[in-house]
Order: sequence, then structure tokens, then C-alpha cells
Amino acid sequence: MKVLPFVVAAAAVLLSACASTSNPADSANAGNTAIVSGNSGSTTGSAGSSSLNPAQPLPQVDAAGAEAAAYAGVNGKSVFFDFDQFAIKDEYKSVVEAHAAYLGKYKGHVLVQGNTDVRGSREYNLALGQRRAESVKQSLEVLGVKPEQVEAVSFGMEKPRASGTADSDHAQNRRADFAYQ
Amino acid sequence: MHRLIAYCWRVLLLAMMLAAPLARADLTVDIVGGGSSRYPLTILPMQNEEWLPEAVTQTVKSDLAMTGLFGLLEPPGGTALPASPQAFDPAPWQQNGSRAVLYGKVSKLEGGLLRLTFWAETVNPREQKLAAEFDVHSSQLRDVAHRIADMVYEALLGSKSLFASRIAFVVQKGKESRLQVADVDGRRAQTVLRSAEPIISPAWSPDGSRLAYVSFENKKPVIYVQDLATGQRRLLANFKGSNSAPTWSPDGRKLAIVLTLSGNSQVYIINADGTGLSRFSYSDAIDTEPVFSPDGRQIAFVSDRSGGPQIYIQPLDGSKTVRRVTFQGVYNVSPAFSPDGRQLAYVRREGGRFKVMLQDLATGDARMISNSAFDESPSFAPNGKMVLYASDEGGRSVLYAASTQHPGRVKLGVLEGQVQDAAWGPFNP
Repeated sequence: MKVLPFVVAAAAVLLSACASTSNPADSANAGNTAIVSGNSGSTTGSAGSSSLNPAQPLPQVDAAGAEAAAYAGVNGKSVFFDFDQFAIKDEYKSVVEAHAAYLGKYKGHVLVQGNTDVRGSREYNLALGQRRAESVKQSLEVLGVKPEQVEAVSFGMEKPRASGTADSDHAQNRRADFAYQ
Repeated sequence: MHRLIAYCWRVLLLAMMLAAPLARADLTVDIVGGGSSRYPLTILPMQNEEWLPEAVTQTVKSDLAMTGLFGLLEPPGGTALPASPQAFDPAPWQQNGSRAVLYGKVSKLEGGLLRLTFWAETVNPREQKLAAEFDVHSSQLRDVAHRIADMVYEALLGSKSLFASRIAFVVQKGKESRLQVADVDGRRAQTVLRSAEPIISPAWSPDGSRLAYVSFENKKPVIYVQDLATGQRRLLANFKGSNSAPTWSPDGRKLAIVLTLSGNSQVYIINADGTGLSRFSYSDAIDTEPVFSPDGRQIAFVSDRSGGPQIYIQPLDGSKTVRRVTFQGVYNVSPAFSPDGRQLAYVRREGGRFKVMLQDLATGDARMISNSAFDESPSFAPNGKMVLYASDEGGRSVLYAASTQHPGRVKLGVLEGQVQDAAWGPFNP
């Protein structure tokens, strides 16, 4: 059911991740410099203008490929929570660590989107989802991710992954997703 | 004692009210529950009503039935239809238990106009309560029907009616969300906004001209304000984190909103033009769902500072003295002030079910006014006599309106999609 949005999101994330790595502001970072120069060399404009075009193809296949592989390693990995809880369970600490490692290496920006199960007040659930997202954001920052790389937001009960009412459905919906920008 | 009130409605009745229709999602009125103290009323078909393209008295009937305050009696078949007070005989209606009768006639005028003349009389003793006349085009009949319902309500009950107002709600159809505005009976729904991402928390400006709402179209919740006449909208709040739960101050100049700038959901006040942000609530917990009291002096909101979500009231004078107002139950959310400021409607979770409660703020007494399993987003009619809420019924959402005075609810049955986040608007200007 959710395949298409994830594909679209992944494509958008790849493109925007590439765009962010080609930002001239990152040129001091050795890992990204090649992409910036490659980009500017392949266009008639400056590096600055190419960095504004997220659809620009990247000739540096190896770097992009490594990043794509790294992205594939974290893409779609969510953190799930217990009922009425926002603490990150031990079994999901590795997920947060993988995202932290990705963000540490490839910079970029991620929206941590908190979600709740589909019961109760929409606005209170939005706040509960926010609490989950903030919990993940804090964990990422503890692991060295810069605060400006992470924005904690909430979808509340509006984006359930499972639409049923069984406990297993609710469990799937109590989660935080990572949307790279 | 006979009073004659003549109302002549000409052509431009509606033009300023509604933008071009984009979609329809008509609802049907379905009365649930009983009540013995209703006003017994017989509504006769108007003489020549078959000339009209839609049955006006049917709409008047469903409007008045919806209030829960009228017990409508069916006239026997073959009843003569009086077309004037001289032709009206109260005797049969004294016998069938009616306290009053509504009757009237339709005449054709030049230029395609129709004249609707009607009277409401009590039958024992006989007394004319209302006489009125509308000259209208056939396109205006539904507005006239709602107006007649308002006039009958006010003439017989002596208090302000509620059909000169509209409701807003969100319809989920597949992955599409539609923010819609409709008549009180759910009919003539107009789509204000359609989006592939969720829309929640519509809030009427006090003058009924604008809606604030939360849209997820930017991968996060942000608050827009949209003008209903022009369809134009602008961002009100797009701060880092989540932006949600907008409600208007009674003077329409400010909104209370919820932001997460401090890392938790807190209540802020912002000018309606997006300037002048200031923080209102201070806790390290969740504070959300703010609503201004009708006098504009305080805000009720939900906070889980004591553990579970409960409702608190805090004045706007800067004193930060917070008063908790719900003590029964472990989960009380979504407060709404009655127009007179004396009551609070809200949702309580009890045994896994979500119920709409109505609480007297002076005494603290609360009673349940809804009876489904998942009821949400209560809002008062502008006359305070009904509470609109959304409910889940067998996996689909429907709208209900419950009387605040008598037991009983009206279901506004949705034909397609899921209806949620109902908000009753102010009286039309």
C-alpha cells in the first residue's frame, strides 16, 4: 500500500541529498568537493546555480553510488514505540545509530516524523507524535548529529501505516519515520 | 395580536456566501434517540408546493427535527391545505396533539419569481405566531427553507435559531483530503481545499469569512488561513517543528496556535496577519488544543502536565495562574466553550471509548451527550443549543449533532468518504 510514496520519497531524497552535497558551502568537506566540481564542470552555469537544481545529473557515479548505497541502508528504517511511550527501545537503538552515522557522513537534513496510532484526539496525538520525534532527534544529537540537520515534526494519527484496529496495526503506527531532504 | 412580517428576498441573496461549487458530498439527516418534551408541531405542505423544483417544507421539517426540540406530527392523507388564515381550521390539530401548525401557499409572479407565503399558528388558543412572504427565484429555495425554519424556531421557542450558519469538516476519500463547508444539515457542501496530504483542525474566524487549518502538504504540519469568498490563502505559521491547533480570538485579531519551538508542544498567540508571536503556556509537558473563552479573557487547553491529558484554563492577563477543570477520567481532550462561556464540551476516553462530555464550568458537573465508540472534535452551534461532533461508526466516520438540552442526536449520514474534524461556524453575516 505504501510502496509508491516510499519510492517517490526515496527518489526525492536521493535527488535532494545529491543537491545538498553539491552545495558550495560544503566544498570545504573533502568528501563533497568532487561532486561540486563535477557538477559545475558539466553545466554552463556556476557551481552555485547547479547546486540550486536538484535534478542535475551527477557524473561522479562512485561517490553518488556510495551515498546511494549508504542511503539504501537507512531508507525506510523506522523506530517503533510502545503504547503511550516515547522512549526509544533497545531494539531500535541501532536504527537511530544508522541514521546518525549516515547524517554524520553525508550531512544533509532529515525530517523526523513522529506518528501515533489512530485513536483519540487528532491534535493531542499530533503532540504525542511530536514527543516521539523529539525523542529521536535528541538521540541523534547525542550521537553527534548537528541540531540544524534534524527537524522533529509530527503527523500524529494522520499517516497510519496500518489501517486496521488490531494491536499489531496500532503497533505499526506508533513510530518515527526519517524523511531526508 | 396578529402580526404580519413580510420578507421579500430578492435576487442577490447568496452571492457573497459561497464560492463556486467544486464538489458535493450531501449528507442526510437521521434522527437518533427520543425526547418527550419536544414542541408538537404539524407542518402542512404548502398549497401548490408541487410547482417548486424542491420540496421546501421537507427541508423545514428536517431542519426543525434536527434541532431535537420539535416533535413533528404527520397530517393524515387528504388533509385540506389552507391557503390563508381565514381558511385555516384549528379543530383537527387541537385533536391530534399539535400545539402549532405551519401552513402556506405558493404563487407564481411575473419574471419567474415565486411567492412563498406562510403562517404559523398555535391552535389552543388560536394565535398567529408568524406570517411571512418570500419572493424568490427557484435557485434560492433552500436558503428560504432554512430561513423559514429559523423563523418558526424563533417564533415558537422564543430563542435564537441556528440555521443561518454553516459547518466545516474534512472528508477523507482515498488518499485525498477535502476541506468542505456546508449548510448546517450537511447539504450543499463546497470544497474549500483539496489535498493529497491530510488536512486537520479547521477553525472558523469569528466573522465566518475565513478558515484557519493545519495542512500536511509540506511534509510537516503548517497553519494556513484561507478566505472563503476568494479562496485565497496564506501561511499563518510555518515555524521549525510542528505548527497546529489554530483557534481564533473572539475579536478575530489573534489566533492561539501550538508550536514546538521549545522541543515540546506549547500554546502561542499570534496576530491574524502572522506577526507578533508570543508564548502563552509554559510547561515541560504537552500543551495543545487551545480555545479562547467567548469573552476573550482566558484560554482552555489540554495538557498532560499531571500525567494524562486534562483540560486547564489560564487567563490571558499574563498571570499564568492555571486552573485544572477536568478531574474525572484519565483522558480529557478537545475542549470547546459554549457561546455563553458557561459550559465546556470535550472528549473523554473511558474504557477504550471516546465520548463527548458537556460540563458546567460553575459546578463541575459533566454528562455524556454522545453514545458511539469514537467521538471527536465537539463544537457548539452559535446559539449554544447543539454540539456537532464527528464519530466513527463501523469503520466509517459520520457527523452527529447532539442537543445540549434534551437527550437525542441527529446523524448527518455521509454518502461517501470519511468525515472528520467538524467545526460549527458562527452566524452568517
